[in-house]
Formats: sequence, C-alpha cells, structure tokens
Amino acid sequence: MKRRFEVLVSLKPGLLDPQGKAVEGALPAMGWTNASSVRVGKHIELTIEADSEEAAREQVEEMARRLLSNPVIEDYRILAAEEVAG
Amino acid sequence: MSGRPRVGVVTFPGSLDDRDALRAVELMGGEGIRLWHGEPKLGAVDAVILPGGFSYGDYLRAGAIARFAPVMAEIAAFAARGGPVLGICNGFQILCEAGLLPGALIRNRSLRFVCRVVNLRVETSTTPFTSQLVAGEVLSIPIKHGEGQFVASAEEVERIEGEGQVVFRYCSPEGDTGEDWNPNGSTNGIAGVRSREGNVVGLMPHPEHAVDPDVGPTGGQPIFGSLFAELLAAVS
Repeated sequence: MKRRFEVLVSLKPGLLDPQGKAVEGALPAMGWTNASSVRVGKHIELTIEADSEEAAREQVEEMARRLLSNPVIEDYRILAAEEVAG
Repeated sequence: MSGRPRVGVVTFPGSLDDRDALRAVELMGGEGIRLWHGEPKLGAVDAVILPGGFSYGDYLRAGAIARFAPVMAEIAAFAARGGPVLGICNGFQILCEAGLLPGALIRNRSLRFVCRVVNLRVETSTTPFTSQLVAGEVLSIPIKHGEGQFVASAEEVERIEGEGQVVFRYCSPEGDTGEDWNPNGSTNGIAGVRSREGNVVGLMPHPEHAVDPDVGPTGGQPIFGSLFAELLAAVS
C-alpha cells in the first residue's frame, strides 16, 4: 500500500528567522500593515510504500528526525496519510 | 608518520575549496591527499579537512546530504580515535549536521552573502589547529558565506562557552568583540567551535585562503602550522 505524507519543517520558536523577518518587512509595503510573526519553513511531500499506515508513519518519523529536519534548530510535523493508487 | 604530514581533503559534489585546501597544505609543508566522498576509506592520512563549497547545492540544509556520504562514517571513526579533523565553511556545516560538532549554521541575519576579510580572536589553544597560538591573539582571515550564523539552544550555548569549546570569535583588529564586529549574527560572535575532546574543529572563515602573502592576509598560516607542529611532535 502506498501513502502520501507531508512533512512540515519549521525553525524552533526561540530562533530568529531571517527569512520570516524579510517577508514580514515586505508586507507593509504592499499595504498589509496587520501581518506579524511571519516564519518561513519547508514543506516536503513523499510517498511511502509499507504494509500499514503505522509502519509508514514510523518510517516518515525517522526520516524527519534524521534527515528532513535538524533537531538542533528545527521542529517537524507530519500531516495526512492519504492512500494513493499504485 | 614519516616525512611531511599527510592531510586528506575530501571532495564532495559541489565542493569548491578543495583545491585551495590542498594547495595550502602543500604551501605550508604538508602533503595534500585527495579524498573522494563516495569512497568509504581514508587511507594513511594524519589529518582530514572538509573544505568549503556548496555540497549537494546546499539542498534541504547546508551539509545535510553530505553528512551521509560514505566517507563520513570513516571520518567519524577517525575523529573518535582522536584524529584531527578541520571543517571549513561548508565543512563546518557538514560536521554540525553529522553531530561531530555542536550547534548549527543558519542564514546570515542580514540575509546577505558576506565576502570579506575579518578578524578572529583565538579563544583557546586546546585544539590541534590552535596549539601554537595563544588565547587572545587576533588572526586576519576571509569569510565568504550566506549561511554562517552559528546558533544553538541557550543551554547548549552556555555549555559550549562553559566548557571552552569556542575556538574563534569575530572581533575588531584589536580583539574587541561585539555586534559591530559580527558579520553574520552568530550567537556570541562565535566563528568556530571544537568537539569536547578538542580534535574536531569547525569554522566559517577560510584559513586555506590565508596562507600566501602574495594574495592576501596570512591568518591561516598558524592554523596549519599548529596542526603540523602537533603531528610532527606526536612522532618524535
């Protein structure tokens, strides 16, 4: 069975996010003076073939911990486990 | 070791400064040995340098993919045996990703790529790469990076500082530190750190670009000089 996962990686809350700051700085120039706390992260999609959803999720967890995120600076969240054809 | 110290320099896909590192090793009296990221062997080397560049295009995070290269397991084993390992710029990022050094390097606070000569204050002589230096000495060495902001959790920074793992700090020509002299927003102006044992060192500045007086500053000379003095002393 194949399942589609999404992994969201974000900088840890305490860390200054220079990219988020730059985006935040650009928004008022476009008229949005009400936007704040902008953070830029990463969105990774992947398909996993495994016997069960649990097994697939476990593997995505390990990928997220060991490669997709750096636990020193980043947190991750795993979203959706949609079954896909094939 | 017999004759000149043998220093292995790893080439990853996207390494840029491997040749300069090899040349610096030779200029300083060592023998530069080319190592390939895909070969899980180091051969007979006395020290290893992970050079600067953009391994794997800095995809995902700088150094994140390179740390899983076949040669890295050998380097981790070499480091565990006490072998001297120096990570420069992207090499520093790779060593942090591999967990051989504490902390991480993120985008410069300015969001700009910074390329200029900076002053570095030596914070400790307790590494093979600073053994001939005295804490407080100032070295002139170039930087060139977009992701050189050193960060770690507050507790980790306190530990690194407390245990003397900070090796280099950005400073004024006189050795004063502070935000005026911090080119990338690094926590406490940290430019380089060492492992707990001291034999693994990483720094964002480029000592391999600072050994030839004909083309710029020479702050890199005592770093290679320290290493070679250590290696030669270990033999006699």
